[in-house]
Amino acid sequence: MIAGRLPRALLALALLSGSAGTVLAVQPDEVLPDAKLEARARDISSGLRCLVCQNQSIDDSDAPLARDLRLIVRERLKAGDDDKQVQDYVVGRYGEYVLLRPVLALHTLLLWLTPLAALGLGIFGIWRLSRRRTEGEAKLTATEEAEIAALTRRD
Amino acid sequence: MLIEVGHFALALALALSLVQAVMPVWAARSGDAALRAVATPAALGAFACILFSFAALTYAHATSDFSVQNVIENSHTAKPFLYKLSGVWGNHEGSMLLWVLILALFGALVAVSRNSVPPVLRANTLAVQGLITFVFVLFIITTSNPFTRVSPAPMEGNDLNPLLQDFGLAIHPPLLYVGYVGFSITFAFAIAALIDGRIDAVWARAVRPWTLIAWSFLTLGIAMGSYWAYYELGWGGWWFWDPVENASLMPWLAGTALLHSTVVMEKRDALKVWTVLLAILTFSLSLLGTFIVRSGVLTSVHSFATDPTRGVFILAILILFIGGSLSLFAWRAPMLRQGGLFAPISREGALVMNNLFLAAACATVFVGTLYPLLLESLTAEKISVGPPFFNYTFIPLAVPLLLIVPFGQTLAWKRGDVHAASQRLFAAMGAALVVGLAVTAWTWGGPMLAPIGIGLGAYLILGSIMEIVSRARGYGNSRARTPNAVFRRAIGLPRSAWGTALAHGGVGIVVLGIAAQGWATEGLSTVKPGESLASGPYVATLDRVGPRAGQNYEETTAFLTIRNTAGDVVGTVETGKRFYPSRKMTVTESGLLTIGVSQVYASLGEVVPGGAIGLRLYYKPLVLLIWLGSVVMALGGAVSLTDRRMRVGAPARAKEKAKALPGNMAAAE
Repeated sequence: MIAGRLPRALLALALLSGSAGTVLAVQPDEVLPDAKLEARARDISSGLRCLVCQNQSIDDSDAPLARDLRLIVRERLKAGDDDKQVQDYVVGRYGEYVLLRPVLALHTLLLWLTPLAALGLGIFGIWRLSRRRTEGEAKLTATEEAEIAALTRRD
Repeated sequence: MLIEVGHFALALALALSLVQAVMPVWAARSGDAALRAVATPAALGAFACILFSFAALTYAHATSDFSVQNVIENSHTAKPFLYKLSGVWGNHEGSMLLWVLILALFGALVAVSRNSVPPVLRANTLAVQGLITFVFVLFIITTSNPFTRVSPAPMEGNDLNPLLQDFGLAIHPPLLYVGYVGFSITFAFAIAALIDGRIDAVWARAVRPWTLIAWSFLTLGIAMGSYWAYYELGWGGWWFWDPVENASLMPWLAGTALLHSTVVMEKRDALKVWTVLLAILTFSLSLLGTFIVRSGVLTSVHSFATDPTRGVFILAILILFIGGSLSLFAWRAPMLRQGGLFAPISREGALVMNNLFLAAACATVFVGTLYPLLLESLTAEKISVGPPFFNYTFIPLAVPLLLIVPFGQTLAWKRGDVHAASQRLFAAMGAALVVGLAVTAWTWGGPMLAPIGIGLGAYLILGSIMEIVSRARGYGNSRARTPNAVFRRAIGLPRSAWGTALAHGGVGIVVLGIAAQGWATEGLSTVKPGESLASGPYVATLDRVGPRAGQNYEETTAFLTIRNTAGDVVGTVETGKRFYPSRKMTVTESGLLTIGVSQVYASLGEVVPGGAIGLRLYYKPLVLLIWLGSVVMALGGAVSLTDRRMRVGAPARAKEKAKALPGNMAAAE
């Protein structure tokens, strides 16, 4: 479906949000009166995946399940949890899958190392190539040297 | 009847593309030039057939012919006419047909283009293009036939998904496809060169216009998709690092690297093997991208299994083209001779750095996109790789790349001088620093990274301007003295210099737009008519909420008046919820008010029976620069394309012109 090319596959979104009475991401009634706490809630929410959506954070999602999670995050914050504790609480309930930013662990090492590895590999390749080139450049046979000498003399 | 003829034309295209694929290879063995020349009419014939086939399907959609399965599933009599047309490619079968149409169009263009491509290279290129066309037409005919009839025909169709009933669908997929598919030509050229075992500056020159066309369209396609998502999805984001977005970004990154490495190859005969590899990878990523989207393998792992024939066919195509081309590369690449030495500090050196960072960024996006899939299939562990990962890894790779852009433009070929380049860029760097500091001071207490981004954007734009100015001014004795002379010489600079400056300046404009989103604000509240909601320097007042009828939907619309902090009205915005009875779906329509290049963005939430509404109001400073900058980038590609050396039959015409206008030509040189 062409819908698939759009971010967060519009089609699935439309199916999930149901027919009438779609709700928007964060709703006014969810907002905490304490602005600082609310800002933290938004920050945490944007790093948590909506489980029934496609690559969408609960902060952006219309799905009822995302709303439940947003409310949980806010409840934990009101109860005095710090950001880490809230995150751990949600991960404890739903697994690592909810984290949009994967943890750095053995099974994600390859993932996190990719940028550095790709850069390192590239630099190594360029270095090898340039070394081989300069070596090739320097290695002239005696006859070639003589030829060059002859050519330069003619000038 | 027309439908059957369209179906038949597609079968005919299948046969013709096979002829196109086989004849040149056969000719290479028998050495028959006449046989080799068959590729050209075969390519034109295949294109004509697919065009007819596409026209037949379009006619069925335009006339709402509900005896065709594809039309039933995606159309409705009440649907506006524009969406009846764009609905042709708003589904799997039709979009695949558009894909092969563009594929065959590019094949036909290569067949008729009069630029100085050696006949063997041209024939082999057409053969590879013919093979790609053949395989894809076969895919459509056997697994995704858009011409299937239904009897008895229903009275009414199921309508197109309302989210796709937008002007965006009319232009986003065609632009993107021209970009994706355009890289098939560079791929075909690369394979042809590998088969031939010869590759040189002539090859690079032949490939460059196609790369430029594909890149420019892909840039526009991605930008258009981004803007569409921005206004359609209703939460004001413009890039989500979604797998389907990444699928289009990967070929763009590889294509951008290819664009730059072909320059080195054309001018200096260096980086040959790497350029060929990039040409292969770029199209491979396009194929992968097409199928990530088409098969839904990433958005849902299971959709591959829902239609096993399609899935298997898709996999076979990927293995054939990606595996086949890479094997050919591994076998033949060592035979390609390297040439063109250069010092690390040189234009070539800078372009190698460009390729290094772009390749690393592309690898990061690639691994980030496919890693969860791979991990799950190997260990059954489920993880998510979302925007935070990409922001942490992609941006640190992008920033150094952007920093070297103006240097690359300024450095000389072969052996450059960093000191001289820095001196020439001194004004740009100084001005950018001043801009960055001024913005920091002005927005003190706000986000810290945004002013740095603004400085970076300014540096890129000023660097491009300085490049044009200093080239127009010239050096030493030939230095232009008056502004008038500089201006005249600037006009006479090669188009490719202007193209480069525009494209790089465009990147700077995009960076400005992205950086400015650091100051975007959001307001969220339940408001009753007469009440207001503020966001940033603007206040929206809800005037009324009322129904409004559209051609095939009913809308509940909120009418808002936007005022600035002084209380003056700057405009009105309407945002609504559209209900489409045909699909029983509700879609939010965001309301946008453009103020300069900034926007106020309103999005309607829940409508409470008492007349109150949930309202979201964003202020997006300079947001339009993100897409305008992309357009400037694509424009740079187009201007480069008009460069003298790229024009079809350029030598002949240039000579005539030179006779007519000796003064001008001298300046252009």
